Amino acid sequence: MTSAGPSAETNAAIDRAYRDAYGSVLATLIRFLGGDFDAAEEALADAFATALETWPRDGIPTTPAAWLTTAARNRAVDRIRRDKRQAEKLLLLEREAADTEVAAMRLGTEGGLADDRLRLIFTCCHPALALDARVALTLRTLGGLTTPEIARAFLVPEATLAQRLVRAKRKIRQAGIPYRVPLGEELPERLDSVLATLYLVFNEGYLASTGDTAVRHELCAEAIRLAALVAELMPDRAEPHGLLALMLLQDSRREARVGRDGSIALLDEQDRALWDRAEIARGVAALDRGLAAAARLSHASVGRYLLQAAIAAEHARTVDGRATDWRAIATLYQALARVDPSPIVELNRAVAVAQAEDPAAGLALLDEVAARGELAGYHLLPAARADLLRRLGRLAEAATEYERALSLCDNDAERRFLRRRLAETRG
Amino acid sequence: MRYMLLIYGEETQQDDASDDAPEISPPWLEYTSWLLREGIHSAGERLATSSSATTIRVRDGNRLVTDGPFAETKEVLGGYYIIDCEDLDKALEAAARCPAAFGGSVEVRPIIGMPAPETVRAANTAG
Repeated sequence: MTSAGPSAETNAAIDRAYRDAYGSVLATLIRFLGGDFDAAEEALADAFATALETWPRDGIPTTPAAWLTTAARNRAVDRIRRDKRQAEKLLLLEREAADTEVAAMRLGTEGGLADDRLRLIFTCCHPALALDARVALTLRTLGGLTTPEIARAFLVPEATLAQRLVRAKRKIRQAGIPYRVPLGEELPERLDSVLATLYLVFNEGYLASTGDTAVRHELCAEAIRLAALVAELMPDRAEPHGLLALMLLQDSRREARVGRDGSIALLDEQDRALWDRAEIARGVAALDRGLAAAARLSHASVGRYLLQAAIAAEHARTVDGRATDWRAIATLYQALARVDPSPIVELNRAVAVAQAEDPAAGLALLDEVAARGELAGYHLLPAARADLLRRLGRLAEAATEYERALSLCDNDAERRFLRRRLAETRG
Repeated sequence: MRYMLLIYGEETQQDDASDDAPEISPPWLEYTSWLLREGIHSAGERLATSSSATTIRVRDGNRLVTDGPFAETKEVLGGYYIIDCEDLDKALEAAARCPAAFGGSVEVRPIIGMPAPETVRAANTAG
């Protein structure tokens, strides 16, 4: 066996530092540079380049994150010093330098610069930025994903994504989006925006209709990591725990979700042995922390993520699908419809009621949803009607609904499922 | 009578870039100087390009914050305030209290700091 040479070892250490520390070091640098994302990114890139040169020679520093922070800060100060017009800025920075030094020392010891990362996430997910810009910026800065990686994940040309990032950073600078954690009345609205952004990243990875599986998996993992970070940094808020729980519980079913032929397996058809029990346990623990936090909050209303997580947990804790407590699930959907009224929630509630009572009761609710017309064009409505009609033995009507669902659906895996069902109905 | 001149035009990427290092180009300098000479200039500012705009609406007690300048098609400009705030959050907070935010919308657009009219005046007298 050949042992890995010193350069392989340092390369691995640099990769690890990039993965683990990119977001938190960048967050600190952005604060140090008065909210200048571009200067911070440049300085950090410089620091990584320096690490590639010096670590093989001088050895890997004990706390790579602290080393990178100091190196990047020095490079940023050098650059500013060279630019005489920025003399004023330099004064300001030198005043803060001592403070950053202290902060850098804390990195890697007690999870140190948590505040900086929290600031960064609130800035990247500011509602004054378009949702696609929030997603790109969050993944690039906090996730440390590269521009080509993000472009691949969202199936947009690299140039488009790069432009999106430039515009977002420009808006932050030009419009004066602050680099801080919002307080008081502002917090719930802003936290919603953060959680919505993270959930979008997750869903893009989880529900994606097309694209590279590995990249998609990366998106889910990144969303989970960031949700865990927010939950850890704001332990008293209920919804971050709820979102984390929801993501973990959905992700635990990943392996069982797509059948051997590549079609989507519905919950009642999934091989539950493929569910990731360890991930379920983490999800349920997050749910419990969220419910405890909700109970402690004065205006204790349980939010949409906690409710959805509670629904996912009902499924996850049932090893035999036939034992599912559909009554509990229907009740949770009813509560969800109050907190977050939407035709999709009504559709899901109808499906739960069909299971808890009988298909006819579910069909009646579905017809109410259909009558409102908001879901015209959404393939899951005819798909759900088709399923209930099939179970009621109304096969000709079911076939018509499967055909309608097929005409509206562009996800290959789901189309395979619908075609299979259509064939069974006709068979 | 007092009148407001509302300036419309197509934006280019160069406009975005020039927001960062604003300079008064000759035609604008000339025009501002002319207004001053005529004694009819009371105020004027350059706005940052629309990509730095944020629009706020309040519906059912909830703030809806969106990126961009997008007013509904039937909404027309009805007035303006200039406020001086620490950051966008403070400006949005102030905008959300504006009566127009309830039912209509308020666009929050940064003003690009330009040389003060005094400087322009001095440049004009010198020339």
